[in-house]
Amino acid sequence: MSEVADKVKKIVVEHLGVDEAKVTPEASFIDDLGADSLDTVELVMAFEEAFGVEIPEDAAEKITTVKDAIDYIEKQKAE
Amino acid sequence: MRRVVVTGMGIACPLGVGVEPVWQRLINGNSGIGAITDFDASDLPCKVAGQMPPGTRADGGFTLGEWVGVKDQKKMDRFIQLGMVAATEAMEDSGWVPQTEEDRYAAGVMIGSGIGGLQTIYEASVLVHEGKARRLSPFFIPSALVNLVSGNVSIKFGLKGPNHSAVTACATGVHAIGDAARLIALGDADIMLAGGAEAAVCALGIAGFCASRALSTGFNDRPQAASRPWDKDRDGFVMGEGSGVVFLEEYEHAKARGAKIYAEIAGYGMSGDAHHITAPADHHDGAFRAMKAALKSGGLVPGDIQYINAHGTSTPMGDDLELEAVENLFGDAARGVAMSSTKSATGHLLGAAGAIEAVFSILAIRDGVAPPTLNLDEPSRASVIDRVAHTAQRRTIDVVLSNSFGFGGTNASILFRKAH
Repeated sequence: MSEVADKVKKIVVEHLGVDEAKVTPEASFIDDLGADSLDTVELVMAFEEAFGVEIPEDAAEKITTVKDAIDYIEKQKAE
Repeated sequence: MRRVVVTGMGIACPLGVGVEPVWQRLINGNSGIGAITDFDASDLPCKVAGQMPPGTRADGGFTLGEWVGVKDQKKMDRFIQLGMVAATEAMEDSGWVPQTEEDRYAAGVMIGSGIGGLQTIYEASVLVHEGKARRLSPFFIPSALVNLVSGNVSIKFGLKGPNHSAVTACATGVHAIGDAARLIALGDADIMLAGGAEAAVCALGIAGFCASRALSTGFNDRPQAASRPWDKDRDGFVMGEGSGVVFLEEYEHAKARGAKIYAEIAGYGMSGDAHHITAPADHHDGAFRAMKAALKSGGLVPGDIQYINAHGTSTPMGDDLELEAVENLFGDAARGVAMSSTKSATGHLLGAAGAIEAVFSILAIRDGVAPPTLNLDEPSRASVIDRVAHTAQRRTIDVVLSNSFGFGGTNASILFRKAH
């Protein structure tokens, strides 16, 4: 697993208080990990802080799964 | 009007977590006051407070994780977290579990706070000041709002009746319980979880009350002697944190389900001073009228009361004025009554004070014990009223009067009676 994926997973576990095993790439924050809309706002802020990236609102809205988050951040970092 | 009884109680305060351990410590004469350790108080004139004691629930101590899940902790300021503790205990103690949607519609919540999420507001302000407004948590507002104890409690237990919250500074706890009882009496609900929660023992809270010259500053080297209601050396109140919640229930509803009934709400009265934002009126006229109104609402006379849980915060002005108001109201009946201030052991929990003192008042009836006023070595004002100095007293107690007064000149008195 990439360093980004590792870190994303850790943030998700910490913020949503879920079991690490549940945080698969396909897992949806809201449908599978029990987040509500405010939780997802906070998660995105945590990603921004941890990776030093900016995630604009329209992009944030499209980040609904763990994989979405990893892909977006890796793409940002590569640019 | 329908009769209202108390069928469950919960408490989290500087003396501990749980009705029985806290009560035992209180009547044993223990103090929950200590040096401030939760933050750096070296810059502040007051360095003492009543903070939640560490330990597990089994030992009567406070461990947040036993009450609020990790994910929810950051959505709640500490006052909400403490409110969840007392509300959960009161729910469990009541033994009531809603069976139908109708049950839920008839069960509400009214848990208030004097101040709300002060530490949360402080931290958010620092972020904004540092130009990091975009870093504000989406949970900032719902974590700071006073009525979010009621909100979170209703969500946790599925209570869909009236959802309300009192905010009347240090009178909050009594107003919440009294108003909630009236909602039941008038038929708006059959059940109300009611009380107060407070967590203002933070730098901003202590500094703020220091600025208004309300806190004790002369006992930093002897924290447990700092809260000394009516004593000649008292020099201000000691702040405490915590929460008290009672499970109020319509009498027939409680009887029908075979609930254990602790006490009945026997009267409730309110008044306003219309005098000064922080100081009581001459002769504590507002307190006098609030107590009188409570007696009138319950059809009682002073002679019916055996114990008074005083507001008695340990401020130079307030204590003696309250005493004077009680003497004026009680007349000859003052001779037989006991009056103590449990703030001598817990500190002043502001918006939660009236709520934890409701729990103490009810336990005084249950066990026939008047809890003590610690540190009352030499009263500044003589009185025929027994102020239960130092040690608890065994007494026959049928009716208790509990007072709470708040900044803004708001006064509330409530009466509890042994359920017959």
